[in-house]
Amino acid sequence: MYVYDEYDQRIVDQRVTQFRGQTERFLAGKLTEAEFLPLRLQNGLYIQRLAPMLRIAVPYGLLSSNKLRKLAHITRVYDKGYAHVSTRQNIQLNWPRLEEVPDILADLASVQMHAIQTSGNCIRNTTTDQYAGVATDELEDPRPYCEIIRQWSTLHPEFAFLPRKFKIAVCGTTEDRAAIYAHDIGVELVANASGEIGCKILAGGGLGRTPVIGAVICEWLDKKHLLTYLEAILRVYNQNGRRDNKFKARIKILVKAMGVDAFREAVEQEWAALKDGPSTLTEQEIERAKSFFTDPPYVALDGDAAGESLRLQGEQDPIFGNWVRRNTLEHRVPGYRIVNVSLKATGFAPGDITDSQLDLVAELADLYSFGEVRTTHQQNLVLADVQADQLYALWQRLQAAGLATPNHGYLTDIICCPGGDYCSLANAKSIPVAEAIQARFDDLDYLYDLGPIELNISGCMNACGHHHIGHIGILGVDKKGQEFYQVCLGGSQAKDASIGKILGPSFSQEDMPGIIERILQTYLDLRDEEETFLDTYRRVGIEPFKERVYAKAD
Amino acid sequence: MPRLIKHGAIVEDDWLPAQEDGAGDAHILTLEQWTQRADKQGLAVQLEPGQAPSPLFDVLQEIPLVAINFPVFTDGRGFSYGRELRERGFAGELRACGHILPDQMTYLRRCGFDAFQLADESRLEEALAGLADFDEYYQASIDQPLPLFRRRG
Ligand code: SF4
Repeated sequence: MYVYDEYDQRIVDQRVTQFRGQTERFLAGKLTEAEFLPLRLQNGLYIQRLAPMLRIAVPYGLLSSNKLRKLAHITRVYDKGYAHVSTRQNIQLNWPRLEEVPDILADLASVQMHAIQTSGNCIRNTTTDQYAGVATDELEDPRPYCEIIRQWSTLHPEFAFLPRKFKIAVCGTTEDRAAIYAHDIGVELVANASGEIGCKILAGGGLGRTPVIGAVICEWLDKKHLLTYLEAILRVYNQNGRRDNKFKARIKILVKAMGVDAFREAVEQEWAALKDGPSTLTEQEIERAKSFFTDPPYVALDGDAAGESLRLQGEQDPIFGNWVRRNTLEHRVPGYRIVNVSLKATGFAPGDITDSQLDLVAELADLYSFGEVRTTHQQNLVLADVQADQLYALWQRLQAAGLATPNHGYLTDIICCPGGDYCSLANAKSIPVAEAIQARFDDLDYLYDLGPIELNISGCMNACGHHHIGHIGILGVDKKGQEFYQVCLGGSQAKDASIGKILGPSFSQEDMPGIIERILQTYLDLRDEEETFLDTYRRVGIEPFKERVYAKAD
Repeated sequence: MPRLIKHGAIVEDDWLPAQEDGAGDAHILTLEQWTQRADKQGLAVQLEPGQAPSPLFDVLQEIPLVAINFPVFTDGRGFSYGRELRERGFAGELRACGHILPDQMTYLRRCGFDAFQLADESRLEEALAGLADFDEYYQASIDQPLPLFRRRG
């Protein structure tokens, strides 16, 4: 994990001091509401429906046990004893008091954390694959590049007041787990014809009101040019992105309006002036960044033997065996497994975690996973480096704390934004819909029979719950002051990314579990043997689903 | 006399502000006025958001002052304009004016601005202090052309 030196610490500390001053000036009436708003947003502070909400940055989803403990402490002291993992791998507090936010930021800074640029019209937290560094299908670890981008984008003097928010994702794997096609900029580590690894650059992807799949701007870029190239894209966007209409202000609209070729040309033109300048990455800097993401001291293990004893343990305790099958994944190092810690227990808001659970996960990370934890955009946690022969002990502790729901990747592993319960932008509540669906489909055998299904819920067009790219997406809409839900099908965030299609007229909240049931039944009736939901949908199209869902009850 | 921050101090302005009609050589000219002048030597010009600085690039040596207006502080186009002017060798006064906040001073300075004319003069002291909010940065910028990674020990 990246460790701050005196420079990083100084920058973050100075930011805390600056924000303390801003808060004081605001409370003293020296900064207007309208002026304080963008300033506090750039420190992650929203004013929500019920209280402020503070979004804490978790750069590319990586946390250490001491950071988790500090978060537990913060939720206890300044909040109501729980936090929320967001779909951007950040951590949100729902009940901080405005006057105390500077103190919270100071506490965070003491463990090398901050809330810089977690909101506002600036470059946001860079995200990546939650299995970076341990995935079996990885070409190169993306985290050093995420850290390089994090530093470059932190308090960038030119890009703090962009037309709109700006999100960058990086991936280095065959399977895209970072949804790079749905970001303002996507960076994929790819090999060129001679086998050298460089960056493929996508731009103009995004969800929200007008979902768009990003276009390839550069097929292969030498890594040393990464920052100057990003800078050129941002410069074109900062100067030309629309500022007259917030719904047309994202870079995707600019790329569409200019056309991909003209946009690329404008970028190349800007880049010509920046290329090979001082921001060109040095070999030394890339190596320095890489040095923070080296392998932990893995023990040499016999992978086959470990797999066999795990199988036997699973036979003796089928509940454990099932959890291993569902919530753990193959690790690139023999004898190790990747563990998903589920934050999707029925009856709890997806992604919520209590202070004592945070402390527990910190302890388990120290005991079993080299003290590191990751947050995922599916709103779960990951212990990435667990020895197979320690899984049983780990599982018992997780199970006792309600963190072992064996639904990873299945229907009830719902991605869900905070919605109308917390968010002032919401059209409708999202958490109760998620909870009702989880309650309706709590039969695990049925879930497993359905196979992998991603169900995503957003409370409004802003699409924080990524509903467009869920296999099943649910969007809260407002119909004459009433909360309704629109359903879309067939979205995907994988490399074959697609945007879901709207099924038809929206439904009431009570109807939602029944509607989902009809959709699932349609799939079960139509699927060919091994087909997943998405396969079937892609083969048969939306019509059969439409017919069944809107059929008059007979 | 309007006041502004220049070279780290609050001073009185030697220029008259831009105005639509009857602007003389002592005024800062709008881009339209400036474009119409045949002899541009010694004339100051003000850019608005949406007026990219490229028309100035060929005559940068003749311009003593470029003012960049921020009608609202959230419109960040001027940051790029300032930086582009400096990158192309503009050495005169680069002034940010309008609705700029004390909290933006470091960003502006780093993009090459050396004069700051806040519409709300009562905030000049705060703005002066704002120039010192940060003294270390990651990126290359006009006032520190080397990014931190080239300076780290
Ligand atoms: S999708 Fe809408 S309702 Fe949900 S968190 Fe985002 S802004 Fe709020």
